[in-house]
Amino acid sequence: MLEARDVSVQFGGHQALSRVSIAAPAGQITGLIGPNGAGKTTLFNAISGLVTPTSGTITIDGRDVTGTSLHKRARCGLARTFQQLELFTMLTVRENIRVAADIRSRWARDHTDVGALTEAVIDRVGLREVADERTTSIPTGQGRLVELGRALACKPRVLLLDEPASGQDDRETERFGRLLVEIADEGTAVLLVEHDMSLVMDVCHCVHVLDLGQIIAVGTPSEIQANTVVLDAYLGTDARSAS
Amino acid sequence: MDKFLIFTVVGLTLSAVYAIVASGLVLTYATTGIFNFAHGAIGMFVAFSYWQFRFAWGMPTPVALVLALGVLAPAIGLLIDRVIMRGLRGTSEATRLVVSISLLVGLIAVANIVWEPGNSRPFRTFFEGKRIDVFVTTITYHQGITILVAVIVAAGLRWLLHGTRIGVSMRANVDDGTLTLLNGARPNRIAGLSWAVGGFLAGVGGVLIAPTLSLEAGSLSLLIINAYAAAIFGRLRSIPLTFVGAIVIGLTEGYLAGYLPGDNRYLAAFRPAAAVIILFVALLLVPNPRLRDRTHIREYFPAPTHSGMAMMAGAVVVVAVVMVTTLDTVSLISYGPVFSLGIVALSLVPLVGFAGQISLAQLSFGAVGAIAVAHHGVGGSPLGLVLAVVFAALVGIVVALPVMRLSGIYLALATAAFAVALDRWMFNLPDFDIGPVHISIFEVGSVSVDPVRLFGRDFDTPGSLMMLSAVAFALVALLVAALRWSRFGRQLVAMRDSEAACATFGLNLLWPRIGVFAFSAGIAGLGGALYAMQLGSVAPARFGLLNGLPIFIVVVVGGAGLVGSGLFAGSMLFGVLPFTSGWGPVFAKINSMFSGLAGIGLGRHPSGAVPVFSRAVSPLRNDPVVLAAMAVSMAAIYALRIAGLYSNWPFAVLLAAAGALAYLAAVRRSRATTAEEDSGADNEHGERAPVELEWVGITEPWTPAQLARIEQALDLDSIKAEFVKADLDA
Repeated sequence: MLEARDVSVQFGGHQALSRVSIAAPAGQITGLIGPNGAGKTTLFNAISGLVTPTSGTITIDGRDVTGTSLHKRARCGLARTFQQLELFTMLTVRENIRVAADIRSRWARDHTDVGALTEAVIDRVGLREVADERTTSIPTGQGRLVELGRALACKPRVLLLDEPASGQDDRETERFGRLLVEIADEGTAVLLVEHDMSLVMDVCHCVHVLDLGQIIAVGTPSEIQANTVVLDAYLGTDARSAS
Repeated sequence: MDKFLIFTVVGLTLSAVYAIVASGLVLTYATTGIFNFAHGAIGMFVAFSYWQFRFAWGMPTPVALVLALGVLAPAIGLLIDRVIMRGLRGTSEATRLVVSISLLVGLIAVANIVWEPGNSRPFRTFFEGKRIDVFVTTITYHQGITILVAVIVAAGLRWLLHGTRIGVSMRANVDDGTLTLLNGARPNRIAGLSWAVGGFLAGVGGVLIAPTLSLEAGSLSLLIINAYAAAIFGRLRSIPLTFVGAIVIGLTEGYLAGYLPGDNRYLAAFRPAAAVIILFVALLLVPNPRLRDRTHIREYFPAPTHSGMAMMAGAVVVVAVVMVTTLDTVSLISYGPVFSLGIVALSLVPLVGFAGQISLAQLSFGAVGAIAVAHHGVGGSPLGLVLAVVFAALVGIVVALPVMRLSGIYLALATAAFAVALDRWMFNLPDFDIGPVHISIFEVGSVSVDPVRLFGRDFDTPGSLMMLSAVAFALVALLVAALRWSRFGRQLVAMRDSEAACATFGLNLLWPRIGVFAFSAGIAGLGGALYAMQLGSVAPARFGLLNGLPIFIVVVVGGAGLVGSGLFAGSMLFGVLPFTSGWGPVFAKINSMFSGLAGIGLGRHPSGAVPVFSRAVSPLRNDPVVLAAMAVSMAAIYALRIAGLYSNWPFAVLLAAAGALAYLAAVRRSRATTAEEDSGADNEHGERAPVELEWVGITEPWTPAQLARIEQALDLDSIKAEFVKADLDA
């Protein structure tokens, strides 16, 4: 499980995150929602090691990883996707996933068939038809699946997903939701940043709401939907009248 | 005390020049994001022009100054911005770097054409001979003016950046370009002004320093490497810190000039390299840059195919056999580097093309190989070649370790600094001992290299050495291709796109970076060793930074990620250019500008020139019949040449004719087949191939089946389709 405690991040004079605490237990999908600029991606960057927090601690399965480098955190079982796709454009979809599987087999000293793992991941995320395409020629929605596939190829214990459903249509999102539930059921801790509220409310066990760098609410999806502070800050009054 | 003051003044004068030049560099980099490697070359060019106005044409000093600094220098800056740099927005850092390096090489070439090197050009200082006494020391007018100008430049830049409207928007542009744009700043005006001011400052520096040195295009352009060190002190952003850096470097050089024992051969060579070493140290203090995340890279290099690589390796060997059997000794010697330095070019492919790293020191690794083979290949021992690879790779690791966390321009600067440090200092060292290890370099001059003895055979003629180099080239090309096909190769290509993503999979980026650096340095070492054997006797001058830059440029122009670009660079730089230069001095002059011009043109074709050629010859490559016919006829032409029926000129013409005919035939045949395919649009099932969706209802009847296709393509809800269908039925 992943735990971030009192994490603060400062960019120059701008306090991007102030004393944010969040936990993502194993086997559950934890939602993280909030308006644009609330600090969701910054929190992901702080957890994965791309940004150094000014204070606070981050633990993965009880191991303190604050201040360690990206690759060391990955070796503790942390994987993530990026909101701004970070695909390898010179490689095909299959090779993108293969690179991740190769890297993992190296550090995990797990030399079971990397090729078979790659193919299994391709089927699991549903990219069989475009497996030999270059990543520049597939739509964004599928690009996000490539990112998820690469993360899964690392066999993570904690999975951070940054807006994985944006660019996907309704049918794809629905499939995607089922896949997430499956992944969590296998014991992975999933932390999900997403703007698609129906997806978040459907699959998450617990939702955290971030606004202006601070957690303003934590609760089950139904509690969050009824929370007036959240409605004012993010979901809006339409949701209030709808519920 | 007198001595101390004298050399303080000497140092401060140097500081002043470095500060003036470096602040111009920082200004353009900070406001436009382009690190101008040609900044020093602009200063060089303006200094030459000033000499022309003032001393060759005898204009009065003020007129010459106004022409050179007031008109020419800003005009060069503006021209570079308008014509070259504006097209580079949105290209990768490597491309921008190559363009500015090409500009450096091009400006030197132009200067060497206009002002023939070797002629003496007396360049008097301002108010020559006049000096004033200050306290206990004397300062020449020239020194005084130089220091004064630096103070004025500092004050002027402060006024420009803090006191004027456009200066404020320039500073804003540094902080956040997009935001500045949204607030109504005009980026073209900002860029134009900063290039003009940058050009002016480079010119001022050039005119001030040229009289105290000899007027020589290459060394004057590279002198600016010293100014780069000052700019790094300011992290390429802060002008005040750049001035501090300039003072540190200038004073260091001044005191070294005064206090370094001149009779010590080890230390005497150190002084000119001091600034470069300071640059290297300053780079080590640059804080860790953020990991590269996906930049918009326009370049795309497909992995080589097995058949393509087999063809290329075969062609290299065949061409070498033909050359060796038909060319005379003189030609074999002059075209020798095609394959040996071609290997050095090839060494850039994995580093620059696959991994996206930059090294300007590849030819220096070649020099390490040359030194190794000179000392360990005595009597033809193959150990020399092995050690050439090993030593070059080791030196590569030593260079890479401290700077590997840097990338882009910092890595380019670090490798350039390394190349210059070797050139100015290490290569001029006499033998020395480190503990039990005796290290011998160029023995202060040149070393002789014995031809290697392999498989019981001496490779001691130009022909056999060319054959050896060609076979080595083919093997290294296959090795590089195999690297690209391997797991490690995929990883390198992935890192080129997103280091951040690779790290999140658990990859420690340090090892692949160092690995590819060592691999590529080792290959360069092999190339350098073979080149040294061809020369028979080598001196460090063959391996200077400026000799290596064209190789770097042409490989990138060819398409850095393509194995073929190594061949392209080798044959272009050491085959085609020397060949056409033989036609006359005009051709030689045009050719000297080739790599500069080619690199400047890169902005338009970031994926390089090789794919363009490759696409052009694809009809021929994909037509086995014509290809076989061409091979047979060329073999016949070659057989007749060997039989002595004709000399090389008719031979070359016949070969070219056979190639051209085969090409035309292949193009005709491929056109015929495509036309056939077009007319037979019906497929094997007798159905017509489906038309593009946007033509449905225009060229095709509007049927429910077509509707279903559209629905599927657009992924509409079925309800919507029902609605339209009902509409259709009605």
